[in-house]
Amino acid sequence: MTDPWTPYCAQVVDRVAETPDVVTLSLRFADPDVQSRYRFACGQFNMLYLYGLGEVPISIMDYQDGCLQHTIRAVGRVSRGLTQLQPGASIGLRGPYGNSWPLEEARGRDLLFITAGLGCAPVIAAIRRAIAERDSYRRLVIMQGVKHREDMLWQAQYDRWREVPDCQVLLAASEEKQAPFAWSLGMVTTLIDKACFDPDSATVMMCGPEPMMRASIRALEQKGVAAENCYFSLERNMQCALGLCGHCQMGAPFICKNGPIFRVSDVREWFLLEGY
Amino acid sequence: MPWTILMGNRPLRNRTMDQSRFLPQRDFGQLYHVLRAAGYRVVGAVEEQGALTYRELESVDRMPTGLVDHQAPGRYRLERQDHHRRFDWVGTAQGLKPWLFSAEQPLWVAREVEGGLRFEEVRETPPPTAVIGVRACDLAALALQDRHFLEGDYPDPHYRARRDQLLLVAVNCHRSADTCFCVSTGDGPQVRTGADLVLDELDQGYLISAGSGRGAALLAQLPTRPVRGWHKRRAKALRGRARVQQRALPSRDLRAPLYAAREDMHHWQPVADRCLTCGNCAAVCPSCFCHRVDEEAPLDGSLSRAVRRWDTCFNDEHSYLVGHVVRKSAEHKYRQWLTHKLASWHDQYDRSGCTGCGRCITWCPVGIDIVEEAQRLCDEVGEAERNHD
Repeated sequence: MTDPWTPYCAQVVDRVAETPDVVTLSLRFADPDVQSRYRFACGQFNMLYLYGLGEVPISIMDYQDGCLQHTIRAVGRVSRGLTQLQPGASIGLRGPYGNSWPLEEARGRDLLFITAGLGCAPVIAAIRRAIAERDSYRRLVIMQGVKHREDMLWQAQYDRWREVPDCQVLLAASEEKQAPFAWSLGMVTTLIDKACFDPDSATVMMCGPEPMMRASIRALEQKGVAAENCYFSLERNMQCALGLCGHCQMGAPFICKNGPIFRVSDVREWFLLEGY
Repeated sequence: MPWTILMGNRPLRNRTMDQSRFLPQRDFGQLYHVLRAAGYRVVGAVEEQGALTYRELESVDRMPTGLVDHQAPGRYRLERQDHHRRFDWVGTAQGLKPWLFSAEQPLWVAREVEGGLRFEEVRETPPPTAVIGVRACDLAALALQDRHFLEGDYPDPHYRARRDQLLLVAVNCHRSADTCFCVSTGDGPQVRTGADLVLDELDQGYLISAGSGRGAALLAQLPTRPVRGWHKRRAKALRGRARVQQRALPSRDLRAPLYAAREDMHHWQPVADRCLTCGNCAAVCPSCFCHRVDEEAPLDGSLSRAVRRWDTCFNDEHSYLVGHVVRKSAEHKYRQWLTHKLASWHDQYDRSGCTGCGRCITWCPVGIDIVEEAQRLCDEVGEAERNHD
């Protein structure tokens, strides 16, 4: 197929209910040729299509056991329907789209991952890649914020990352009354104070709600991290993922084709203005 | 004749005026017949609901004569005058956009089949189409749409199919409407590139020149005569008349003032107080490209279809994002439209998104004038900077 608009059929191989409204689907293309041609980079996204309802952009969480993994929160009609699918169900899938986290450029530097809520999903593959190539980077700091303790996804995985040499894992809950063991109370930004890193040689990768990323950018600036070394994954109303439909423009950049990952200094003026 | 060997769609640079010919008024129908004989459906401006609109012409007689359009903010009126010129009008309600980027375009069809879903591409074979009467501003807007739809990583096959079948017979404007400002954008009123044939209409007939090999081959089939010196002098004078325009954008690149103005919502309130956020400006804009993708499933459940439709940044849904709307107020919406069209378009496509056709002024129900608004914003930002100094 050469038509960039048309999805391919994919099957749900596995479904894991992570929390009451978050589900991870493992997907495989029905056509083995399509499956074998498919390549993605950490941070890219796919368009997932639910029959009769439409498409939504979902970041690629990871690729394991021959399956693409997408972690989806039930928010709108399509995403709600996707979270209700059971193994064996068929959907449409096209991608991957967008650019990827700057893991190559960040070699030899401290890596900070700052995520909140479901914002961890587009970053998980990058964290796993960094840990798999542990020697390529200096200090690793993994920060994740949630509202409630039970919103935390993949706690066991984060606990395993605590065992990785020179890898700091910091978790925060903003709406708990008491801090769970090895957690902090407050927003993820409070964790930046606890992180051990060299501001001059750190690369930051962020994903989460926009207010959280705005606060993190301010906190990082206060720590002396240059906006040129901070990257974040952004979201707008991506309907085509092809750079054509125009809905995902945030001022000049099209999120789908120029992003979704941006260097903060490249787009900060658009990002900080309400209404773009 | 050397024309016949110049086949293909290669532009003929700098040669168009030198090799122009004269087609007598009474032989204009031959142009229609030559195009039909070459396999084109012929499209031209016809009067419909009080405005001129491009429609397929079943005969050359469908083309109106003696019609003049009067345009002003929020106003379009046709006047019938006592002459037989066919192209004294300046603007159609829509440019070429609907003929390439359809207002409604099926994209693909999904069917539930044994063992999964089957996706079928929608493939169309649009007929070869010749449009007569295209103006310089609309050719410039076509180039902008080409850039958007065809020159990215994912060229749009639906636009491509129609574009490949398009032949353009352009006309140099010999007058400007009150809403025209193509001189200030650098896109008109004279046709420079992008047309297969270019006409200048005189009372006695047409100066006609080729802008491509295809155009030259068609021109060779017309019963033309050599051009006389007075033909050229008359056409030049008429073209000069069209350069007199009341409106002018302050500059071709308005990034500096508009990026300054985007920071302060007070600048946007005066226009937001009048703007109905209806999106008419974007609908008639020949360069606006936004579209949404709708999913349509017939009640019998046999299939589901993805259809794209024109959308505008004045709709709430345009900026929908996980449960909320990024641009809810008229201030935010108008700011999006104007800063995109006149400023961030430069960052995206290396020029402004406006070609000065003035349709957004004419078809705005409350007569908001993009030129006036751009000038006001420049003045306010300049004023603020002077006070700051």
